[in-house]
Amino acid sequence: MTKEDYSGIWVFAEQEAGVISPTTFELLAKSIDLKAKLGGKDEITAVVLGDNVAALADTLFSYGAEKVIAAENANLAVYSARPYAKVLKELSEKYLPSIFLFPASPQGRDLAPRVMCDLRTGLTADAIDLDIDEDGVFVQTTPNFGGNILSHICIMEKRPQMVTVHPKVFSPIAPIAGAKGELIVEKPEVEADDCYTVIGTEKRVFEGKPIADCSVLVSGGRGIKSEEDLAQLRELAELLGGELASSRPLVDNGWLPHEKQIGQSGTTVKPDFILNIAVSGSVQYLAGMQNAKCIMSINNFREAPIWDVSHYGAVADYSKLIPAVIAEIRRRKGL
Amino acid sequence: MKTLVFVKQVPDTDDVKLDPKTGNIMREGVQSVINPFDANGVETALQLKEKYGGSVIAISMGPPQADDVLKKSLAMGCDESVLISDRALGGADTLATGYPLAKAAEKIGDYDLIICGRHATDAETAQTGPIIAAFLGIPHVTLVDKVEIEDGWAVCRRMLPDRYETVKVKLPALITVCAEINSPRYPTPMNIMKALKKPRAVWNAEELGCDPSMIGIPGSPSSNKKIFEPPKRNTDTRFFEGDTEALARAIVDALEAEKLI
Amino acid sequence: MLIQLTEEQKMLRDMAREFTRNEIAPRDKWMDENGFDWDLCKKITEAGFMGANIPEQYGGGGGGIVDTTIIANEFAKGSASIATFVGGHWLASNLILENGTEEQRQKYMPLAVEGKIFAFGLTEASAGSDAAGIKSIAEETEDGWVLNGGKAWITNSGVADYYVILALTEPELGTKGISAFIMPKDTEGLAVGKFEEKMGVRGSATCELAFNNIRLPKDALLGTRGKGFVMAMQTLDIGRISAAAVCAGIAEHAMNLAKDYANERKAFGKPIKAFQGVAFRFADMYAEIKAMELLAFDAATTKDAGGRCTLDAAAAKLFATERATQICIQAQAVFGGNGMSKEYDIERLLRDARVWTVMEGSTEILRMIVSGNVLAQK
Repeated sequence: MTKEDYSGIWVFAEQEAGVISPTTFELLAKSIDLKAKLGGKDEITAVVLGDNVAALADTLFSYGAEKVIAAENANLAVYSARPYAKVLKELSEKYLPSIFLFPASPQGRDLAPRVMCDLRTGLTADAIDLDIDEDGVFVQTTPNFGGNILSHICIMEKRPQMVTVHPKVFSPIAPIAGAKGELIVEKPEVEADDCYTVIGTEKRVFEGKPIADCSVLVSGGRGIKSEEDLAQLRELAELLGGELASSRPLVDNGWLPHEKQIGQSGTTVKPDFILNIAVSGSVQYLAGMQNAKCIMSINNFREAPIWDVSHYGAVADYSKLIPAVIAEIRRRKGL
Repeated sequence: MKTLVFVKQVPDTDDVKLDPKTGNIMREGVQSVINPFDANGVETALQLKEKYGGSVIAISMGPPQADDVLKKSLAMGCDESVLISDRALGGADTLATGYPLAKAAEKIGDYDLIICGRHATDAETAQTGPIIAAFLGIPHVTLVDKVEIEDGWAVCRRMLPDRYETVKVKLPALITVCAEINSPRYPTPMNIMKALKKPRAVWNAEELGCDPSMIGIPGSPSSNKKIFEPPKRNTDTRFFEGDTEALARAIVDALEAEKLI
Repeated sequence: MLIQLTEEQKMLRDMAREFTRNEIAPRDKWMDENGFDWDLCKKITEAGFMGANIPEQYGGGGGGIVDTTIIANEFAKGSASIATFVGGHWLASNLILENGTEEQRQKYMPLAVEGKIFAFGLTEASAGSDAAGIKSIAEETEDGWVLNGGKAWITNSGVADYYVILALTEPELGTKGISAFIMPKDTEGLAVGKFEEKMGVRGSATCELAFNNIRLPKDALLGTRGKGFVMAMQTLDIGRISAAAVCAGIAEHAMNLAKDYANERKAFGKPIKAFQGVAFRFADMYAEIKAMELLAFDAATTKDAGGRCTLDAAAAKLFATERATQICIQAQAVFGGNGMSKEYDIERLLRDARVWTVMEGSTEILRMIVSGNVLAQK
């Protein structure tokens, strides 16, 4: 088997209880772009595993899939890494896709490494861009060191070329109602994993609104010196009717929970207004908030990358300025 | 219970730069530390040992200086360490990294639990744990923030974005742990004094019985074509000027203009 | 480096450095404003630092003077107050370790390891540099001792669980009539005054102690009767080595704050580090900090090897405390007007360093010791 025997772009259609994850649609959209750059011959296939999942084919067609492989077995009804990996390995060996994309979701990142290991191929993690270079080579861009360094990764000889792709970096196409394609229903033989059982789930309760849903955010970065200072940022966020968020260092410190973290390893946000305080602006952070409508920043370092995306700002030490801003707001509000 | 914990040495900072001449990462002046999530892994292993007995072996792969993270693991309380060090293992991707690590676990044998951090802060692939489990043919549980042992099973709570999921997994198994699972202890002066007297093995690829075609650059399907600093974006930023009071007024004016007050 | 650290000592240094960065440094400003930090004290105990100097058989870390000097030096890079607190605790527990009976060691050493705070009381309101002039008096009775008098400027007083107190047992014998006693904090007749509002090291507790007919049992006596002053002087050697390491740490902290500022602050269109008037200060600071470290660790190595180090410990403290104060002034100057503001931390370091020129033997007393020794050498 040589790499020329492999063709087509596969997208792992992540579904839970019959609902397909939005990132699946983002990957289908990007596949259309990759297909064009590869010369238009590669077929775009969505692969969905579950119990009764053939019914999801129409949705996948409407978002750009040309073919859907629905692998159905009662033992696939709930996600479990080893049965899923076994089926994907067998399907991959049967159909020989050249590119295999997964959402870089907890499920995608749990599953893809096992599939890759079983296929003895390469897997690029959490890509923020995909492209075909001038030599026709599939290139993945991944962030390292919190996004301060980017890498171009290629899988030259082994197939399929596997990638987990960061959510929200590509936009889905507007669904085409009534779009049709080829549906293949597979009935693979697979046992449930008797060594791995989900025995319970519990909804996580978060303090405040999820930052992805907030229209106003105040976000603190590495430069915040103490939890007392962070409390001032929280006060300012409350005065502005928003939520407090942060870049990674404050979460690493344990000052804020992980769900308040903006950025690639946290949450991607798109608020109407964000105020970044003492955030220098790693690539991961910028990628996580640069689509905000209005970006204001306070940072005492004029060369910080945060200014590359900021609309307004002050080069100043926040520890004096924030109390002054809070006082000024209170004065104007008559508090 | 015998627990293996994999630890990686990473730069102490995200703030790394590329050498404009060579294009390589500038390591000068950058301190190396144990990957923070791996420190959570060591702490998890030690707490399980304190609760259920047994031993903890810390394993790392890297150049000789990677021994520093093993020394730290020993000083935290691990019983033994294994350093996997061999030039032939250099330049490995995640597959060619997971393989010799799995070989080391096989060589040690009789393990009940393997613990990794959820990801390393340098490359952030989060792949090594599941790959090791795949090579060993054992189940894995990622993103664990609580774990207990019950009669040959581990009951793990996974921290997912919207929910906690409790998973019962049969041992031997591999888990990857989140920062939320614990606060790693500091090595005490007393444990530091004992650390270097504990068994400390160093193994090369041959001693692990690695297939030479599966390690290092030859064993790596993926390759890094280029590393680069992200391109600068350009937005015209309006900078407020003046002393603290003037800045505060200008900022609040802008907030008013955005109808936030 | 002239002083070669062992692998274990390097690990101890790295661990103390990490602990300082994560736990101690963020609390220093708070302690300056609010005083002793009990939560931090608990963390220091959990990390095993309280017993770093205590042999393993009593549950401690088994460290020598070089080891504790490493820790004091690292701690001081984050907080002079914490270095002072831990140093005072080690000093007092060390007195019991060196001079106590096996029973006393078995009783008190594990307590010191598990975080009970120890304090050593020599100085009195009217006897500081003139340590031999103490007036506290312990009279022997049938079943023990009756202690009267008081102490002042005792590091860790007010927070300590146990005190090692020097008092006269034979007033007519002068320094040869001074003995040491171990006293728990809840002893009847012990009155602890309010915390002193010190200029610096404000996170380390200092109170006045008054002894009013305190009845102590026979076994409260530490070591040989009449040997208290000798014990104190030997302990002070260790205290002075620690003081030198602490001041090297304060000076390094000051230099690093100034370095960050000099890299960021611009004037006349360039970073101020581009001006030699600023840059050269760093050459002098660096050279002197190195000298302080070498003096401190040289004396510590001598002490660990069982040698006498009174002269070198005094010289180390004399140099380090005075130069650290000057380095803080130099570092403060780099900050210009901002250096005068509490916002920029540097003024706090200057206050901390200044206090150390008086504690554990003032500069003048140290000059007497050093000059006396040097001139007597044949």
